[in-house]
Amino acid sequence: MNIVVLVKQVPDSGADRNLRSDDNTVDRGSANNVINEMDEYAIEEALKIKEAHGGEVTVLTMGPDRATESIRKALSMGPDKAVHVVDDALHGSCAVATSKVLAAALGQLNADLVICGAESTDGRVQVMPHMIAERLGVAALTGARKLTVDGSTLTVERQTEEGYEVVTASTPAVVSVWDTINEPRYPSFKGIMAAKKKPVQTLSLGDLGVAPTEVGLDGATSAVLEHTKRPPRSGGAKITDEGEGGVKLVEFLATEKFV
Amino acid sequence: MSEVLVVVEATREFGVKKVTLEMLTLARELGTPSAVVLGGPGAAEALSAKLGEYGAEKIYAAESEEIDGYLVAPKATVLAELVKRVQPAAVLLASAQEGKEIAARLAVKLDNGILTDIVGLAADGTATQVAFAGSTIVKSKVTKGLPLVTVRPNSVNPTPAAATPAVEQLTVSVTDTDKLAKVVDRVAEQKGSRPELTEAGIVVSGGRGVGNADNFKLVEEIADLLGGAVGASRAAVDSGYYPHQFQVGQTGKTVSPQLYVALGISGAIQHRAGMQTSKTIVAVNKDGEAPIFELADFGVVGDLFKIVPQAAEEIRKRK
Repeated sequence: MNIVVLVKQVPDSGADRNLRSDDNTVDRGSANNVINEMDEYAIEEALKIKEAHGGEVTVLTMGPDRATESIRKALSMGPDKAVHVVDDALHGSCAVATSKVLAAALGQLNADLVICGAESTDGRVQVMPHMIAERLGVAALTGARKLTVDGSTLTVERQTEEGYEVVTASTPAVVSVWDTINEPRYPSFKGIMAAKKKPVQTLSLGDLGVAPTEVGLDGATSAVLEHTKRPPRSGGAKITDEGEGGVKLVEFLATEKFV
Repeated sequence: MSEVLVVVEATREFGVKKVTLEMLTLARELGTPSAVVLGGPGAAEALSAKLGEYGAEKIYAAESEEIDGYLVAPKATVLAELVKRVQPAAVLLASAQEGKEIAARLAVKLDNGILTDIVGLAADGTATQVAFAGSTIVKSKVTKGLPLVTVRPNSVNPTPAAATPAVEQLTVSVTDTDKLAKVVDRVAEQKGSRPELTEAGIVVSGGRGVGNADNFKLVEEIADLLGGAVGASRAAVDSGYYPHQFQVGQTGKTVSPQLYVALGISGAIQHRAGMQTSKTIVAVNKDGEAPIFELADFGVVGDLFKIVPQAAEEIRKRK
């Protein structure tokens, strides 16, 4: 099975994250950039399917030059190769334009199965798998906590508010996964060394047949007008329990009219 | 005034969800609200009274086995046809998994911008969003097409405004491409009658400090006494104390209730990302240096196995 995993480089969610003051895009330059955590689960799932059914795993990333670091990191887990869509004109692209670019790249890769994380930690927009599936005219099985492959039939357990749905489709398809689906492997030393030699193909907008005017800040279908830092919360009263902690807690809830 | 389409979010068990009432309230400030019900046969009838109560002047009902039997795509197709026909002033969906997914497909079909997780929308289409785990407030706008937005639950105070909605049945005609992802089963796992996590006015969450799955009964007890939902930190979920759908945090649900009660939760960034926009936060933790206390309006340092049962008793006494 020819599997493509979508990997996004994002600013580390454990550190301070900002929008830029000049063009209101995500500040990636001064951030510590890492693989979007949920994508590691997508890579793991792809590798497991390859191990069980054979085939090839390709990492697909759209992002600036520095995303190369995340691509090598992804490859060190075990995928065979990577494709990096990189073009200065992509800076500031909205979700709609991003899906156009990724769909164009996927069109060239002939994937049976596209796997991605359910959302990224920077935008948490959660729209990409369905946007791509809509453009490619293939099935989207999203929010999977379990994926079973039987020949060309895919079955997922899709996490919902009430429980889960069992959803099936035939390949080609896009599957997005939550972090409950598996436990991603750590790259081995051998994997890290091997990753340095794995092929990484770069594609420009020209290679994909997408016009620069359709993407980037100028081609964006939405715009950030302004942004402000929210003042950090300040802690209130803190007491140490000396036998009456539970009562004091409820007294506080009562003054706030919750009890 | 032009129509504002509100795509109804409802469950089989509880009917119209609160976020739908929030969207109707928001839509009334932008134009004339029309509710759009996308569901199986007979779906709209059970919901129409509630939708009218909150100001829906019209209900578009698309009811078909095809809508219910396949994932998302048929709903987006029906909605796209409706949007093209009525040219609404805005389209509002719930910022939950399915709402975002329908909106995603609609954006591509119409080549229209999309904004997710909005907490406010002005008449000129300027939306307010909270980004980066609640640390940044963003004003943004759809610049191509109509305002297509998903609204985060607990952003608007839902207020009734009675209307008598006229119901219009929509013809559902979907393509084969819309029927690629077939829903073969729906399994309910939600237990009891607690409010849904992202919609609840009160959320009581447990973390690693709760110690084991059995002890989560303490968390559930406080939640039930306060009429709230139960949440869990990632540490608690990863340790198998509580199911994943109740996880609050960066890789889980984002909640913004009136009251958030954190029990045995240290307050790692992972967790704070999902709850720090809560109105009032209280915390119980044995470690006085735990970062959760930096957020808490009221914190108790001590043994939760002593403090929580005492608090439960005190609430009962006051009832």
